[in-house]
Amino acid sequence: MADDKKFAGYVCTGCGLGERLDAGQLETTATRDGKMQSCKQHEMLCSTEGVQMIKDDIANDAVTHVMIAACSRRAKVEAFNFTDVALTRANLREGVIWVRPDTDENKETTQEMADDYIRMACAELKSMAKPSASGEQSLIKNILVVGGGITGMTAAIETAAAGYPVHLVEKSGALGGAVGSYYKVVPTRSPYDAPAENPIPALSEAIEADGNITVHLNSTLTKTDGAPGRFSVDITTESGTTETVSIGAIVQASGWKPYDANQLPEFAYGKSQDVVTNHELEALAVAANGGPIKRPSDGKEVQSVCFIQNAGQCSDKDGHLTYFAGVTDLVSIKQAMYFKELNGECDTTILFDNLRTPGAGGEDFYRAGQNAMVTFSKGIASEVVPGDSLTVKFEDKILNEQTEMACDLVVLATGMEPNSGPDPYAQLMVDEAEDEAEKAKAQAMLENAPPSILNLQYRQGTDLPHLKNGFTDSHFICFPYETRRTGIYSAGPVRRPMDIQQARDDATGAALKAIQAAENAGLGRAAHPRTGDLSFPSFRKEGCTQCKRCTVECPFGAINEDEEGYPMYNESRCRRCGTCMGACPVRVISFENYSVETVNQQIKNVDIPEEWDEKPRILVLACENDAYPALDQAAQAGVEINPWARVIPVRCLGSVSLSWVTDALNNGFDGIVMMGCRRDDDYQCHFVRGSAMAAERMSKVGDTLDTLNLEPERVILHEVAITDVERAPQLINDMAETVEKIGLSPFKF
Amino acid sequence: MTEVIATNETILVVGGGISGMTAALEAAETGKQVVLVEKRPYVGGRVTQLYKYFPKLCFPTCGLEINQRRAKMNPNLNIISMAEVTDIKGEAGNYTATVKISPRYVNENCTACGDCGKAVEAEFDDEYNYGMGKRKGAYLPHRMAHPQRYVLDSAIIGTDDAQKAKDACKVNAIDLDMQEEVIEFKAGAVVWATGWKPYDANKIQPYGYDRIANVITSVEFERMADPNGPTGGKLTRPSDGKEVKSVAFIQCAGSRDKNHLLHCSRICCMASLKQATYPADDVPITIYYIDIRAIDRFEEFYQKVKAQENVKFIKSKVASIVENKENGNPTLHGVDTEGYNRYADEHDLVVLAVGMEPSVDKASFPVEITINEEGFIEPAPENGGVFAAGCSSDALDVNRAVQHATGAALRAIQVVNRVAATEG
Repeated sequence: MADDKKFAGYVCTGCGLGERLDAGQLETTATRDGKMQSCKQHEMLCSTEGVQMIKDDIANDAVTHVMIAACSRRAKVEAFNFTDVALTRANLREGVIWVRPDTDENKETTQEMADDYIRMACAELKSMAKPSASGEQSLIKNILVVGGGITGMTAAIETAAAGYPVHLVEKSGALGGAVGSYYKVVPTRSPYDAPAENPIPALSEAIEADGNITVHLNSTLTKTDGAPGRFSVDITTESGTTETVSIGAIVQASGWKPYDANQLPEFAYGKSQDVVTNHELEALAVAANGGPIKRPSDGKEVQSVCFIQNAGQCSDKDGHLTYFAGVTDLVSIKQAMYFKELNGECDTTILFDNLRTPGAGGEDFYRAGQNAMVTFSKGIASEVVPGDSLTVKFEDKILNEQTEMACDLVVLATGMEPNSGPDPYAQLMVDEAEDEAEKAKAQAMLENAPPSILNLQYRQGTDLPHLKNGFTDSHFICFPYETRRTGIYSAGPVRRPMDIQQARDDATGAALKAIQAAENAGLGRAAHPRTGDLSFPSFRKEGCTQCKRCTVECPFGAINEDEEGYPMYNESRCRRCGTCMGACPVRVISFENYSVETVNQQIKNVDIPEEWDEKPRILVLACENDAYPALDQAAQAGVEINPWARVIPVRCLGSVSLSWVTDALNNGFDGIVMMGCRRDDDYQCHFVRGSAMAAERMSKVGDTLDTLNLEPERVILHEVAITDVERAPQLINDMAETVEKIGLSPFKF
Repeated sequence: MTEVIATNETILVVGGGISGMTAALEAAETGKQVVLVEKRPYVGGRVTQLYKYFPKLCFPTCGLEINQRRAKMNPNLNIISMAEVTDIKGEAGNYTATVKISPRYVNENCTACGDCGKAVEAEFDDEYNYGMGKRKGAYLPHRMAHPQRYVLDSAIIGTDDAQKAKDACKVNAIDLDMQEEVIEFKAGAVVWATGWKPYDANKIQPYGYDRIANVITSVEFERMADPNGPTGGKLTRPSDGKEVKSVAFIQCAGSRDKNHLLHCSRICCMASLKQATYPADDVPITIYYIDIRAIDRFEEFYQKVKAQENVKFIKSKVASIVENKENGNPTLHGVDTEGYNRYADEHDLVVLAVGMEPSVDKASFPVEITINEEGFIEPAPENGGVFAAGCSSDALDVNRAVQHATGAALRAIQVVNRVAATEG
């Protein structure tokens, strides 16, 4: 009820604000223009007393909406963390006095800036409500782990150990995955001096003994419906029986598949039985049953073996893998040591270019290989000639010459390919291909898509989106679990090529994220990066034109469509970026504390001086994660910003509604600067395509400018990084110069 | 007095670098009570001192902003800065930690307005910039420092500067009588994330880091490249301040060497490849290496840098560096093992890709813990409720450290959940 709202403003006069600005005037602006029912000044609002004053007003005077005019919203966050009210902050310190010179001639424009920020904050507050969860959420603690290899088994055990029930689904008839069939593994504990016992049997026992883990063998997911906190998953066995389980969150550990060595005819794979891959060698070692390893062609005990590193990987040749498997040098050392252990005096040679055995364990194990008299030879193999004895031709990099060696067996150290489902954006890649070659490649990918693993009932496809080479999220360095499908975390070699130890660490990390996603979904809280955000998008159905832009453009596949084509929001899949809001041409999508209206009202409440005042106004829409902090830092560093600028932080440039631009121009703003993140393949946008989509949408701004008969230079979009401390203010100042050149907007009423 | 409310269901995180921050935030966002103890006056650790990350060449401060926002918003997380854990007693599910907090001389009133910094005069070597450049005796360690609060260098206490700082402060934030505190609190599990330090280049005598001005370390080069760093982003020679016209990177400086660090530090190859993108295209760059260890997806970045026309690779462990006294150029001596040719190459600037030494003090570790020959904490069951995260477990890049730390958070949660179930 509108009557229950109570708006209170607070103006801080600390940090020089009182000296630089007319606080009485600010108070008047807040009450007269901003319609705050009360407004108080305090000499240090962030102090215990200042905070207590606000708390008391909330408690005693039933204040529901609080406007704090003080420092940046990034400062004193802990002090001003009033979770029971709608809250907005006018940035008078970093936004005004720190970016303006303290001189008499600037006093007027500085005060105008501050007054505007107060008006904007009040206007924003007027159209805001305190965010609260929808009440639709439920807490389901069950975690689903897809894939029963070492990664999935570890994820299951670690999840169960935290007290969460697990459904572990494995396609084949046994747990263990690739590692299950290995003779031994690369050691994961000090002293890293010899191949270690296979951990799978012990893990299998642990799972069997764990009452919290339900294993589904010979099973796949035939349907995954819902959202974090309320997934409904159909697990179907090979024989066709289906069980439906309720799931809170998912770990996808679907593993890897060995590279197809048939693509390496130069190494006689397929022509000689005695050329095997590293994966196949494990079977020979197991078959040896503690005796010497024998070669496949004639059962002769192997007396000399050559390992060819990087066979079909780290190469840009057609059909080869461009990346490194991450583990194959360690694997070859391990396997060379099998021969030393089982075949006595067997000659073992590893042909390598760069031997990649990183970390403490890696380097120790390399040394152990050297101590075991494995020969490491810097050389690049070009050909294997089949015969009773195999001939390996190679370039000796040390002697700089072509040479060859004879051996009984050749092992190709081939790479790992991710076992991921079809990429939901494969079609988009076809559509957006820049040339024919790229298009053909994308088309081939689309046509040869692997079967689905998750069978998600999502508008945007059945599986996790791919990064490069079919691996899944994340590409963020700081946030390896920042997935594009909320509450679904991939782990192990489906995410990136990795060794056993890393896969197990990864599984443990993914298990934590799954548990966290289930818990937060239960509370209606957003997942990373707006963790804890309780607001969620809602839409006015009567205004919706079923254009489907929101359902198509949501970076997280959060929105489904009902039969009539209306969006169906899934609160717990949503990451609160507002991309749907920016996409909506009829402006029916909003958050309680962030909407087309909250920003529009800010724009409309900037005081636009008459044309003859010659005081332009420049609207700056700045991404809250990068551009806004860059501007704050500029303020700290004392970099000047033009007094005509009015900065509004936005959740993501993807949330920017075209109407803000149009309205700002109609209201007499003279220039608009938008600042978003880097948007190439190495995109920085944590909402994936926000910055790119804004760029695309704003390309249409030209028409608007045309209609209004305004110059195109008045609206500009930049990629701004958080480090652009000098550049970000410069871009604003540049716009001020542009405006000066082309003149004021005629739309000043 | 610093108050900490903690129980046997609290998780103690030791070290607030990217691994500790991650473990603390992930646990706190799962609803656990977390106390994070950080030695420096701010969180973020060495990542705050990086200009760019490999292979995306994006800025670490971008992620730092998100992590710090998460920290500010989360009432479950209590950060104690300028503090060190001196003792831990007890067992998994029931530890008592002793924490020593050094005086900051600045209380929570601080608004980071900067008045004290302007008032004081004494300057000190800026540790944030590895001693390149100066900072004031009252300072904010870096612009994004969290907590966003100034620090008074203890060296100015008792001097006029201290009083000047106090007088300049309008919000009564400076407390010159602040004393060192020792506090004790409970914790059910401990995440040990004390990170790493750059290997002391002075110990690699043949490379003359202590004698030759134009031989610097990779961490120093990183600060130099940062536009917000001590040289404003200009790559200059320490000897004469001239712009650098050729750069040599020496890999495995202190790593993979039984005289120094036994282990491969994993990150240095990628760090040098990244740093090879910092100078202008026309600056010749030579990378002296044993193996280029570009793991998994990093291979593509290696190929990209390799394709840069100004970058050359020489497979060689450099034997020694001698300074050309006339121009200050370091001359590198060694043998190129591809073809066995001797070389004596002169460069403008030499960057030592120094290794990662774990900041795990075996001698004074507060609980029984399994530490390997290299000085890293092993994932041993005997460690009880103490779990290593990030570079205290192995030499890791940021991505792997964060991944590892997220797992460590779960291990800690398993312990406190068991406590909750029994005390329930």
